[in-house]
This record gives sequence, structure tokens and C-alpha cells, in this order.
Amino acid sequence: MSTTHIDFDKTKSFLIDTTKCTGCRGCQVACKQWNQLKAEKTVFFSGEGYQNPPAMSEFTFTRIKFRDYQKHGQNEFAFYKEMCMHCNEPACASVCPVGAFHKTAEGPVVYDDKRCIGCRFCMVACPFGIPKYEWSKAFPLVRKCTGCYSRIKEGLQPACATACPTAITYGNRSDMLKEAERRLKNKPERYFPAIYGKEEAGGTSVLYLTHQPLDELGFKQVTKRPLPSYTWQALRLVPGIFLGVGGTLSAITWFQHRKDRIRREEEFKNSRVTPEQKEDNE
Amino acid sequence: MTAAQLVINEIKGYHRFIKLMIVLTGIGAVAALARFVFGLGATTNLNDMYPWGLWISFDVVTSVPLAAGAFTIGVVAHVFHIKKLEPLVRPAIVTGFLGYSLVCIGLLLDLGQPQRGINVLLYWNVHSPMFEVSMCVMAYTTVLTLEFLHPVAERFGWHLPLRLLRTLELPFAILAAMISTLHQSTLGTFFLIAVDKLHNLWYNPLLPLQFWLSAIFTGLSIVIFEASLVHKYMGQPDESDLLATLTKIIPWVMAVYIAVKAYALAFLTHGPLFDRPVLLALFLAEVIIGVFIPFCMFLTKRIRTDKKLQFRAASMVMTGLILNRFNVSMFGMEQAGQKVYVPSVIESLVTMGIISAHILFFVLIAKYFPIFEHHPEATDYTIPDHFRKIDKEHQVLGAAHEA
Repeated sequence: MSTTHIDFDKTKSFLIDTTKCTGCRGCQVACKQWNQLKAEKTVFFSGEGYQNPPAMSEFTFTRIKFRDYQKHGQNEFAFYKEMCMHCNEPACASVCPVGAFHKTAEGPVVYDDKRCIGCRFCMVACPFGIPKYEWSKAFPLVRKCTGCYSRIKEGLQPACATACPTAITYGNRSDMLKEAERRLKNKPERYFPAIYGKEEAGGTSVLYLTHQPLDELGFKQVTKRPLPSYTWQALRLVPGIFLGVGGTLSAITWFQHRKDRIRREEEFKNSRVTPEQKEDNE
Repeated sequence: MTAAQLVINEIKGYHRFIKLMIVLTGIGAVAALARFVFGLGATTNLNDMYPWGLWISFDVVTSVPLAAGAFTIGVVAHVFHIKKLEPLVRPAIVTGFLGYSLVCIGLLLDLGQPQRGINVLLYWNVHSPMFEVSMCVMAYTTVLTLEFLHPVAERFGWHLPLRLLRTLELPFAILAAMISTLHQSTLGTFFLIAVDKLHNLWYNPLLPLQFWLSAIFTGLSIVIFEASLVHKYMGQPDESDLLATLTKIIPWVMAVYIAVKAYALAFLTHGPLFDRPVLLALFLAEVIIGVFIPFCMFLTKRIRTDKKLQFRAASMVMTGLILNRFNVSMFGMEQAGQKVYVPSVIESLVTMGIISAHILFFVLIAKYFPIFEHHPEATDYTIPDHFRKIDKEHQVLGAAHEA
């Protein structure tokens, strides 16, 4: 799962400018079509606000969230596309006991359903709450956005990026970051001065620009440190601790048994008794 | 009489409590079967918000430290060579063996694809705490099984394996401690990845160390708990003098634990500690009932040496540990304003079945195998002279040498 050899500047990334999003949900439809995902039976207002379906699931890899707010006394909408962030150093890949996830050199974090044993650690670990489980099945697997890895390998853009008429730009991560910074500089009144995903969880392949403050739109506040480093700082000590405990306990054993050993040797040296008598003495 | 009749007659003679345990274990097994027929989603209250529930919190994260008695008492008796404690080792090993076997069963139930469990051995990911724990649990279950073979070999008079196991007793005790140190602490490492999820009262980089320390003093407390119950209900001799030796060790470990926990809370947490009253109450309950009160009790000589009070203190330590592991793996992971997870009926029945199975098998093993009456110096480790190749004198010499 080592990701050190990947040049993150060259990984393909999404730049999602939420100020340009019209909430058409073409991306949602395109995602369902490309990934052949079943439709979910939903009703309006079953979750918070207008968004539908109410939550991401095994059948929904991406979704537009709606936020109402007031501007000049009028009701306005802000939109935010929820999807896998395709972290540079993904938590899901680091915690998976069988290495079913890995970050590809092209950008997407992909999942190998042949390896998965279904422990759901990825779901616990993901800071964005992305991996979803097939709760409807007796032997379930994990489902999540694939970053349309199969399309990218063929030189195509992801389904959602292709379908989006306005808001999604797709390209090398360094170019996307430059473009985002250019937009922030040219129209400071239009944007909240931050690029979500630039440093979140150590950097992701999905970058967001917003008008509203991030937390108002429902972006999770996430640590800037790559998540795998949190567990690795403990796990890297494992071999040392294993041998250290073994060595220490062996030394203690040798020392604690020393008295017994000496006593036995002395006894043996001093004994003029036959083995039968010796046994009786003990 | 046929074999079946013999078994039925034997069961009829059991105490009512044992029969109840058999029934509960059976119900648990049926509930576990239902999980495979209808799926995880239909039988549990787990969802995408709570991917881990009761089965991980109790059957894995809590059961593992509760089965820590085997390795702690092994170290105290064999490594530190406090020989008089040896009668306490074997019951602890049986508990550990049962505990870990049931952890494996609990883990397999919780996996979505249990038939692929072997993949852990095929595709290594050393960055995964779950990989490390799986490897350790497999290795340690094997060690415990071998250690458990000791009374089995004794019962059936297999002298050769018995001699081998006797020689391996000490290396196994050290190996058990090495493996246990790793996975007891790594269970804490699990939650280091939940950096913005686990509440600050528990989240800090020293969580693995705290898990390890609490496993040690709880392991020793379990030995006390168990020996007291076995004395009371199974007519075994009163071991409170031996237990008093353990109660002298426990407060030292607890003191280190308290120091580490206080240091971590004071200097290593980021963010608010007191923003969630319910979590704060749970934290205080865990620390006061589970750590401070028993710590003071074990420090008082009168309590430490008293049969009843040492049992009470040990029970409090256990309660505190259970609460601590639930706080870390369940309550502390629930975000403010989220729907609270409550285990489903089937989840609860399975966990109840696992607990009953543990008690049931412990009592049955104790009934049919030499668990309590074990005194190594009285055991015959000689190889029987089936082929009359060795004459009498040599045989005695061999025995003397072995002893």
C-alpha cells in the first residue's frame, strides 16, 4: 500500500467550484449510469433539506448536498458535491488488513473486492465517511466511488466530470491547485479564502472552492496530517517492542531462576546420596 | 446404554445454572446462524454511521483484555518465578484459551466475508493495526491451545507430550507475553486512526500504552475474580493467600496507568474535554469506579488480604475495564447529535451466548480435566515403559533427574 513512489502533483484531481454548481445533479445520474448502481426509492425531505437521497449508500457514490441560506432577503441555495476525496495517503488503505485499497499513480483510490474480508475498518477510519457497506446482503462488500479508474486508464474523464456542465474541472493536481489559486486571487469577493482538499488529510485528489465558510456548507473539519501517520507512529514500534519484551523477560527469567540453579548445583556437588535418596529429600 | 443416553444422563445430573448456560449458548448459536442466513444489515442495528457495534466492542475489544489473565499470571509465576502461584496458572490458561477461541468466533461472525479470513495470511499489510491483531490473535490462540493441551495430556496420560509441554512451559509464558503485549496495545492503535471521531477524553497518542497497562492489571484481577468464584461455587480450596500476592502487584501497574492517563489527558489532547456531559459522566465513572477506588482498596493491607474485599476490588477493576473499552470503541465514537446506536436483539443474544459458552465450557473443562488440583511436583512426567526396555532402577533415575 506504499504510496511514496507516487508523484501527487501528477495525479489526476477534481477541482469542484461549488460557486458554479447549479444543482442539476447530472453528476449523480452519470455516476449511477456508469457504475450500474440501483436506484433507491426515496421521498423528499427524508434527510436534512432538499438533498435526495438522504445519505450516500452502497447505491449512491456521489450526491449533491443542498444548503438554504438568505441573501438580500431572498432564499438561496448553495450546493456541495459529496464524493470520495481520493486522499494522497488514504486512511482506508492503511488500515485494511488485507490491503484491499490502494492509491493509484493516476489518482483514484481503488478497492479490490476479491481481497476484502469485510471487517469495515475502512469505514471507521475514513475521515470523510465515504466507504459504504452492502447491508442488504448476507455476505456484504464495501462500495465507494472508484474515481472512474477504468475510464481514466482509457484516457477519458470520470463520468461525473464529463456530465457536469459548469463546476467540475479535471486534470493534474498541481494544475488544479494553480487554477484554484488563480480564481481565489482574481475574484476574492466570490470565494471563501480556502481550498478544501489542499491540505485536508494530508492532501486529496478532490479540491473544493466555496463561497460560504466551509463548515456552513457541511464540510467536515479534518486534520491536516495524513491519517496513516497516526497509527504508524505506534505500529512502527511493534518489532522493537516484540523483541524488547522477549529479551527483557528472558533476562528476568535467567536472573530469577539463578538462585534455584545455584542451589541445585550446590546440592548436586555436596550430595553423597544415591539418586533414590535424593528424590526422597526433595 | 448407548453413548447418547450416557451423555443425556450426564447432562441431567448438572446443576440448574449449567443447564441455563447450555440453553443460552444454544440460543446464541441459533442467533449466529440467523446472521448468516439473513445478513448483517437485517439482523444487526449496524449501519453506515456505526459500522462497528456490540460484536466488536464486546466480543473483540473487551474480551481480549478480559482474557489477559493467562499471560499476566504466566509471567508472574514462571518468569518472575513466584513458584507458589503455579496453581493459579492453569485456570487462567483455560480462561484465556476459551476467551481467545470465542474472540475468533465473534470476529468471524462480524466479518462480512468470514470465508475469506485466510486472506489476512495471504495479503499482508503491515500498516494495518487489524492485520497485526489478526496475526497475534491467531498466534496466541495457537499458543494457548498448546498450553491447554497440558491438562488434556495429563488427563489421558500422554506422557511424552506432557514432558515436552512441561519443558516448553517457560518459553510459552514468555512468547505469550510478547504476543499479548503487541495485540493488547494494538487494540488501542485501532482508534488512533479515528482522529476526529473519538472524543478527546480518550483520544491521545498514548492510547495503546494505556490499553496494554489496563490489560495487565485487569488480567491479574480476573485471576482473583475467577479464583474467588471457583472457591465459592465449585468447592475449590480458598486461595486468598496466593491472591494476596497478586493484590500487591496490581496497584503498581495501576499507578503507572494512572500516571500515563493523567499525563496524556493533561498534555497530549487537542480540543475540548468537557463539552459532552454524558461522555464526561461515563469517563468519570470509568476512572473512579474502575481505577481510583480499587487502587485505594488494593493499597490498604486489610482489604488486600481479605477474601471478600479483594474479590470486590477485582470486580470493580473489571467493570472499569469493560466501561473503558466501550467508551473508546462505542460511546466516545458517537458524534454529538447522531442517532444513538443500540444493539439489536440478535446482536445481544449472540453476545450473551458467547459469555454463557465461556462459563459453560470453563465449568465443563474443570469438571473433566485436572485444572485446579494441579501441582507440578505431584505430576508424573516419566515416560511409561511400555516395551520394558528400561529396567526399574534406570526409570527411577530418570524421574529423579526430571524432578
